[in-house]
Amino acid sequence: MALNITALIVFVALFGLVTYMGFAASRWKKADLDQLHEWGLGGRRFGTLLIWFLIGGDLYTAYTFIAVPAGLFGAGALFFFAVPYTIMVYPLVYLVFPRLWSVAHKHGYVTSADFVRGRYGNKWLALVVALTGLLATMPYIALQLVGIQVVIGAMGVETSGFFGDLPLIIAFVILAAFTYSSGLRAPAMIAIVKDALIYLTMFAILIAVPMKLGGYGAIFAAIPAPKLLLAVPPAGTGGAFSAYATLAFGSALALFLYPHSITGVLSSSSARVVRKNAAMLPAYSMLLGLLALVGFMAVALGVSSMPEFAEGFKRYSNNFSVPALILNVFPSWFVGVAFAAIAIGALVPAAIMSIATANTYTRNIYKEFINPGCTDAQESQMAKYVSLVVKLGALVFIFAVPFQYALWLQLLGGVWIIQTLPSVILGLYTRWLNGWALFLGWAAGFGCGTYLVILNGFGPVFPFKAFGFTLPCYIALAMVVLNLVVSVVLSVVLNAVASDRHKDATVATDYV
Amino acid sequence: MSDNPDDHKPMRPVMWARALLLVPFVAMLWVSSYNTAEPMIGGIPFFYWYQLAWIAISAALIGFVYWLER
Repeated sequence: MALNITALIVFVALFGLVTYMGFAASRWKKADLDQLHEWGLGGRRFGTLLIWFLIGGDLYTAYTFIAVPAGLFGAGALFFFAVPYTIMVYPLVYLVFPRLWSVAHKHGYVTSADFVRGRYGNKWLALVVALTGLLATMPYIALQLVGIQVVIGAMGVETSGFFGDLPLIIAFVILAAFTYSSGLRAPAMIAIVKDALIYLTMFAILIAVPMKLGGYGAIFAAIPAPKLLLAVPPAGTGGAFSAYATLAFGSALALFLYPHSITGVLSSSSARVVRKNAAMLPAYSMLLGLLALVGFMAVALGVSSMPEFAEGFKRYSNNFSVPALILNVFPSWFVGVAFAAIAIGALVPAAIMSIATANTYTRNIYKEFINPGCTDAQESQMAKYVSLVVKLGALVFIFAVPFQYALWLQLLGGVWIIQTLPSVILGLYTRWLNGWALFLGWAAGFGCGTYLVILNGFGPVFPFKAFGFTLPCYIALAMVVLNLVVSVVLSVVLNAVASDRHKDATVATDYV
Repeated sequence: MSDNPDDHKPMRPVMWARALLLVPFVAMLWVSSYNTAEPMIGGIPFFYWYQLAWIAISAALIGFVYWLER
């Protein structure tokens, strides 16, 4: 691929702008960054609009914008489950997460494991919740890098060998530096630019490509029938329908348990801000849904058979479909804008994820187990260091490990993080469940889930068979049901012989 | 942009309205109700525009519940 100079100049200029903003953010809503809740939660004072940008930038990542269209491009309708997934998320956010905000605000909780620690008085349960969050987030950060790598490669910059890795290293050093100095304020500020660029790119694609191809009718007419709709299941199986529904529902249950989602929720200035955002964030889902269709546009354009893109597809497989479409349709300067949107779109979630993992490590492992007497300043300093280590880890991961492993680990991450649902979400409503029962329920779900994913060759959907009926089900969803059954049954037993309900540091009025 | 004093007033839950928030789950989990190409709108098959429409419907439902409880 030839070097695309115009695109590269626009790209670097926009990247420079957000770098400046990232550093400037430390002086914004000025406060003492030696406090963990200031560095790691922006002082819990982000209002409705800022939270909209922040969580939007946090959840709808660059990787999403590359991978979801790539899924439709390659496999078709099944990957549209991202849409019902994001539809089902927000009623849950509206109902559940204002409660978490309230109790966290009252008790100074910074992570979900903090809440579990206070609610159950069980530091081992809190530890596994914290470790699960760390494990699930790390590969997610690494995947964000893939988004940057693909667009840099697509501009014709050589991305193999040491000098090929250099642009990515530079991008990550910049990211690490401003996260270190500004904390959550940096991604909050950059998210505004990122979203403006993403919306701009999106509307340009949605107008320009159908015009070029002769309307949406022509685009869908080019899609082969097996990709256009789900296969109707034969008798005796839930088939593609149950796969689609369980993938959407399980993903919706898991999404807000990720540490970076919880960081977004807890940085809100009030529970009301969380509720308002549950109604406003679907605007991003609409963006995602429309963007998913870009995968079909890439099919209709026939980018995969264009000789100039052969190398890109060979190197990045279907993840190259969106960049290829952008290169094919737009003039160079706008290619620079669109690719900057994707790359900056990777920086925002990567920053928030590293902050969330730093908060979790510092609060729930360092302070709990290593240095209980640490001062606020030591705690905040430790979080800053950890945010660097986490990003370094992601960088090493992406260079040292085949890309496929990051995908596998991210799939496992979903199966793992959902296992914190009984402790965190049910814990917001009832203290009936026993801490040790939840611990064993977590262990059952985590262990069996990992085993099933590996047994299944790292496919997310496992065909469960019972009474002559086959139910293909997203493994995460099936395993959280197992977790719940174990937690409930053991709670009956343990509450009778060794109730731990007196260890609750919270009271009912903390939740409203 | 932050610290709007109205944001800190307590909200009163309206339970019948919250039941409305279950509707998007029923609609989306009932896959067989929307896995068809017809009727199309502007060349977009039903499967796609129906689910995109539900993004807006569920956002409106959440907004309505917030408005009742505000």
